Amino acid sequence: MGDLFSNLSLGFGIALTFQNLGLAFLGCLVGTLIGVLPGVGPIATIAMLLPITFGLDPTGALIMLAGIYYGAQYGGSTTAILVNIPGEATSVVTALDGHQMARQGRAGVALGIAAIGSFFAGTVATVVIAALGAPLTRLALVFGPTEYFSLMVMGLVFAVVLARGSILKAVAMILVGILLSTVGTDLETGEERLTFGLPFLMDGIDFAVLAMGIFGIAEILRNLDHTETRDVVRQTIGRLLPNKDDFRQSYKPVLRGTFIGAALGILPGNGAVLGPFAAYTLEKKLAKDPRRFGQGAIEGVAGPESANNAGAQTSFIPLLTLGIPPNAVMALMVGAMTIHGIVPGPQVMTRNPDLFWGMIASMWVGNLMLLIINLPMIGMWVRLLKVPYHLLFPAILMFCCIGIYSINSLPTDVMFIGLFGLVGYMLIKFGFEPAPMLLGFVLGKLMEENLRRALIISRGSLETFIERPISAGLLVVALILLVLALLPSIRKGRDEVFTE
Amino acid sequence: MKKIALALTAVLGLAASGAQAQNYPTRPITMIVPFAAGGPTDVVARIVTDHMSRTLGQQIVIENVAGAGGTTGITRAAQSQPDGYTIMMGHMGTHGAAPALYPNLRYDPTKDFAPIGLAAGTPILIVARKDFPAKDLKGFLDHMKANGDKVNMAHAGVGSVSHSTGILFNSIIGAKPTMVAYRGTGPALNDLMANTVDYMTDQIVNVAPQIQGGNIKAYAIATPERSPALPDVPTTKEAGLGDYQVSAWNAVFAPKGTPPDVVAKLNDALVKALSDENTRKRLQDLGGVIPAPEERTPESLQKLVESEVARWTPVLQAAGAKAE
Repeated sequence: MGDLFSNLSLGFGIALTFQNLGLAFLGCLVGTLIGVLPGVGPIATIAMLLPITFGLDPTGALIMLAGIYYGAQYGGSTTAILVNIPGEATSVVTALDGHQMARQGRAGVALGIAAIGSFFAGTVATVVIAALGAPLTRLALVFGPTEYFSLMVMGLVFAVVLARGSILKAVAMILVGILLSTVGTDLETGEERLTFGLPFLMDGIDFAVLAMGIFGIAEILRNLDHTETRDVVRQTIGRLLPNKDDFRQSYKPVLRGTFIGAALGILPGNGAVLGPFAAYTLEKKLAKDPRRFGQGAIEGVAGPESANNAGAQTSFIPLLTLGIPPNAVMALMVGAMTIHGIVPGPQVMTRNPDLFWGMIASMWVGNLMLLIINLPMIGMWVRLLKVPYHLLFPAILMFCCIGIYSINSLPTDVMFIGLFGLVGYMLIKFGFEPAPMLLGFVLGKLMEENLRRALIISRGSLETFIERPISAGLLVVALILLVLALLPSIRKGRDEVFTE
Repeated sequence: MKKIALALTAVLGLAASGAQAQNYPTRPITMIVPFAAGGPTDVVARIVTDHMSRTLGQQIVIENVAGAGGTTGITRAAQSQPDGYTIMMGHMGTHGAAPALYPNLRYDPTKDFAPIGLAAGTPILIVARKDFPAKDLKGFLDHMKANGDKVNMAHAGVGSVSHSTGILFNSIIGAKPTMVAYRGTGPALNDLMANTVDYMTDQIVNVAPQIQGGNIKAYAIATPERSPALPDVPTTKEAGLGDYQVSAWNAVFAPKGTPPDVVAKLNDALVKALSDENTRKRLQDLGGVIPAPEERTPESLQKLVESEVARWTPVLQAAGAKAE
């Protein structure tokens, strides 16, 4: 314990120097501003801004990059809430209730609770990393393909619970999502699947393209369909900050979200994606009146946003303690470290203690900066909604196109968001929810690859999923969740027939 | 009259290209890196262009165009204007293994480029989980002979460096392990450390930290000399498998038709970068091998590409590997 304090004081000694404070602030600010552009998620933001860190010393550069990461992550949530365009998988959930809140004139409250929840989650996650980082590393190693597949099965059950309306429609959307995730070159055999011989489909469909089209472009089409609802939003801007009531409603979701997000963030292979979905599911299950979810429930923003930020931070654990990046953003951080002459690995902690502890301390500093930067900016963001929609939507559309092009520099990506926008619009018209489809899309690939990997290693024996205790446990949880989700809907099914 | 006209055009043409090359570069140069930012090739590109930009007096901007094992970016770069303002960082996969892996490849590595020069290579290592029964490479080969069908080999996806070099390794030692594909080196290493899979081949920059940390063990390094980063790891020759010599090289190319004087200027900037102490140190810290002076010419790069295509095509085709 004494070690922890001396290490943390070493870290804060480094993070709180004038230069590093400035870099953390600058990183968070630039990250927020770029990340708020529709479609520009953390990966694109970091890749874009990587060169500006070249002139700095490694610790300063990494502090700034980490700041850019949190900033972009938070900026993505802002876009999700204001214009319903999730820049990456983790902010899909935020868009569900956050944007509904914005439509009801509670955008400021939603942004405020997101910022405060994120700050709390970030603080807890920092302590977790500092105190338990090394032992928790082992958890990442326990999760092999078998465990991963079972975790994904559990994740898909969340998707069923996510749905606002009919379970059947939700399941249909999940399956479509999984189907879309199989497009591209097969990992094991190298065969092309569902690409119709088109070269740009060889690497599959990019998540940002799908999310931006299905959510963002479809949302624009829908708004143009009936502009009058938009005017209502403009008239009632409402409070800018959450009040006592809001806090009372959200402190428990924040706590639960932080715990779930922090735990899932440690897993390799992008386990953090599940965090917000799991937090949302939990809140909906615990709520007295689950019907409020999807209609602007503040718990539906507070829980997932906390989970999101906690996971974003604990996903640094495998990188810092093992040197193994658990997801694409962390892979980019590895590149940034190697460019600065630090090869990430198990030795970083002992060989570069300044960097290691300085970075951990700067995580907390970065979260504080985010709060300082974003609370005053909420007023500005909310005022954006006052811009007449006929002026706002061409700007959103243009930023979407620029944002999506900047990720892979592919013109076909821009065309695809248009196509998915039309599909999304039709789905809304027919009463299908896009969120379960996106979750199916994210989990589908992981699920298929890990299933095949597990079966290849077990030489085709399905028993491997039950023989391994963690995998069996996850499957049991999934089964229980599914039963819980289906029971009330079977019971309620009869009432719904009459109400519809 | 015709002759005079011809002579005139020739002189004018020369003068024009001379003037162009004298001024070149007058605006920023784009280097297409066909992999995601942060990967080994991207890191080499950023370190080398950092110094090249200073020699040329113009910024070289990196554009990452990832996809299809790097062939998406190289296809685009090959089709761009051959004026020296679009260049690319090709590597062992895009300019060696790709013709065998992608039957519909829209460029020919040996014909569609103006080679600039070799940048840096990263050696390949044979690594295994830390409690794999074999103690050294010889023990490993014996183990593979006896229990080859029970062994799992990890790789980072069809078309990746670890996949191609792994297939080459297996074909040399005559092993047929069960191949387990991962999406990138990170997850593959994770499972190697967790004892889920048995062995793999990959670039030193990816595996060195885990070898130094004792999380996995290395049997041999596939270069003529040991690496200063891992002095205890024997070369494949020392370990009795001299046939396995492979490196994930990275090299700068321009599209075919780029004026020779522009190529010369770019090559000069590259050679200067590779002679710079600081740049060398940054590359060597990553385990990178810097080419000897005679390997830095456009001609030797052209030869390398030709020999690499000739080497990879039969090996990969025999293994039935294709990424389409």
